[in-house]
Amino acid sequence: MTETITEHKTVFDVKDMNLWYGNTQALKNLNLEIPENQVTAIIGPSGCGKSTFIKTLNLMITRVPGVHMSGDILFNSQNILKDRIDLVNLRKQIGMIFQKGNPFPQSVYDNVAYGPRIHGVKKKKQLDEIVESSLKDVALWDEVKDRLNSSALGLSGGQQQRLCIARTIATKPRVVLMDEPTSALDPVSTLRIEQLISELKNQYTIVIVTHNMQQAARISDQTAFFLHGEIIESTDTGSLFSVPVDRRTEDYISGRFG
Amino acid sequence: MNSKIADRIATGIFTSLALIIVAVLVALFSFILIRGVPQISWEFLTTPSSTVREGGGIRDQLFNSFYILFITMLITVPLGVCGGIYMAEYAKPGKITNFIRSCIEMLASLPSIVVGMFGLLVFVNTTGWGYTIIGGALALTIFNIPVMVRVSEDAIRTVPPEQKEAGLALGITHWHTIKTVLIPSAFPGILTGAILASGRVFGEAAALLFTAGLSTPRLDYLDLNPFSETSPLNIFRPAETLAVHIWSVNTNGIMPDIREIANGSSAVLVLSVLVFNLLARWLGSIVHKKVTASK
Repeated sequence: MTETITEHKTVFDVKDMNLWYGNTQALKNLNLEIPENQVTAIIGPSGCGKSTFIKTLNLMITRVPGVHMSGDILFNSQNILKDRIDLVNLRKQIGMIFQKGNPFPQSVYDNVAYGPRIHGVKKKKQLDEIVESSLKDVALWDEVKDRLNSSALGLSGGQQQRLCIARTIATKPRVVLMDEPTSALDPVSTLRIEQLISELKNQYTIVIVTHNMQQAARISDQTAFFLHGEIIESTDTGSLFSVPVDRRTEDYISGRFG
Repeated sequence: MNSKIADRIATGIFTSLALIIVAVLVALFSFILIRGVPQISWEFLTTPSSTVREGGGIRDQLFNSFYILFITMLITVPLGVCGGIYMAEYAKPGKITNFIRSCIEMLASLPSIVVGMFGLLVFVNTTGWGYTIIGGALALTIFNIPVMVRVSEDAIRTVPPEQKEAGLALGITHWHTIKTVLIPSAFPGILTGAILASGRVFGEAAALLFTAGLSTPRLDYLDLNPFSETSPLNIFRPAETLAVHIWSVNTNGIMPDIREIANGSSAVLVLSVLVFNLLARWLGSIVHKKVTASK
């Protein structure tokens, strides 16, 4: 767990980033580098700004009225806060998984094929391949291969969440953002998603928000601890949990608050 | 008072109110059907009406009703759904949007006779068309659009926001998300709205009196050229609908069998609305199943 982060290319470089909802400052002076093909966990108590932060990375936050930001977030040598960004193109490269699986009310097949279809894949054979490989990547293929044409809403909660991950990786993003992806799932489904995350990091960069510290310790390479909109401490996961530098980090991970 | 007793009383009240409503409906339907159905015969449905002699049918009126309904929906549904999409997805909350919403609500509550007078001024006189099907359809569109906009807006708003976010987060444009995620999910609601609007069109008389007129030219059902004078498909011809026919027979008919014609027409009107609703729902559920892959 103590491998050095510097070996990996930086995907996101967040510099002096601030964010306000109207007059309320929600994120203060954040600095964070997110390395490629690694799992970065964002932990912290409710209301610390961790969900807000992850939503700035694909600019979904700009949908909230009254939000404004300062500072820089470099992605692909572009400053997504300052440069004119094509949101559609940005989000094609940065997929997002939400708290609760949100498949479209369509068939399993159409859910996975949705992104590729719209991004221009027309051939049935090619779509079939993408659907199969995406569903295999999330270990859902064997469970759904006989019901590809039935509604995705008939799947269990855990299956729906894995389907959403399949739908996201079918568009071949560079980064997958996950906003508390297991908070609505039972322990068994949670475990499967965690295993999946560890496998997916070979191909994708993953940023995961979690309120579950054990989860962060189990699956991440790097952890950032958020409190009141600030990053208190961010380092490789092993050291953060074994030798926290800041007193507040220690209090939080030892369960004294939050 | 004991809350259990209160609960029982409330249940009793609601059940009896529901029973009263059902009883009124059943009474109304049986009254219309018992008096009207005996008058319905193949001949009644396939003969043109007669102004003076006994034994006139309702062939043209029946056709006109469906044709005006079709033309009206052809205009209303696309406009109404687009309006609903605008209100739900594009309109920014604020004074202007609230003003638009008030206008829509006001339009929805306009008395249909006023819409008819407006239609007479604009679609009959100003355009110089005279009494026409298109004039009638446009008048009906005026008071159906608000319903359609409102229902579509509500249907789109009830789609879970997570699904919209899912679309946007996949890098799909706003319009594509609306087209491929929101509209299919909102489809059952939009369909219900369209059916409600159709029912109003079918039963409307006041707005059509001065727009589509009280007469129908001699029609040749084999003439399918929509520009021909005698073609039933010509939208620039006057067309008396079934509802208007019932009104005019009752108020100024001079044929000896007024009662029979009115009763028979009323029964046909009610049954047509029923059949149309059932058909529309059946078709709608097939489309919905196909899109959402649900059973």
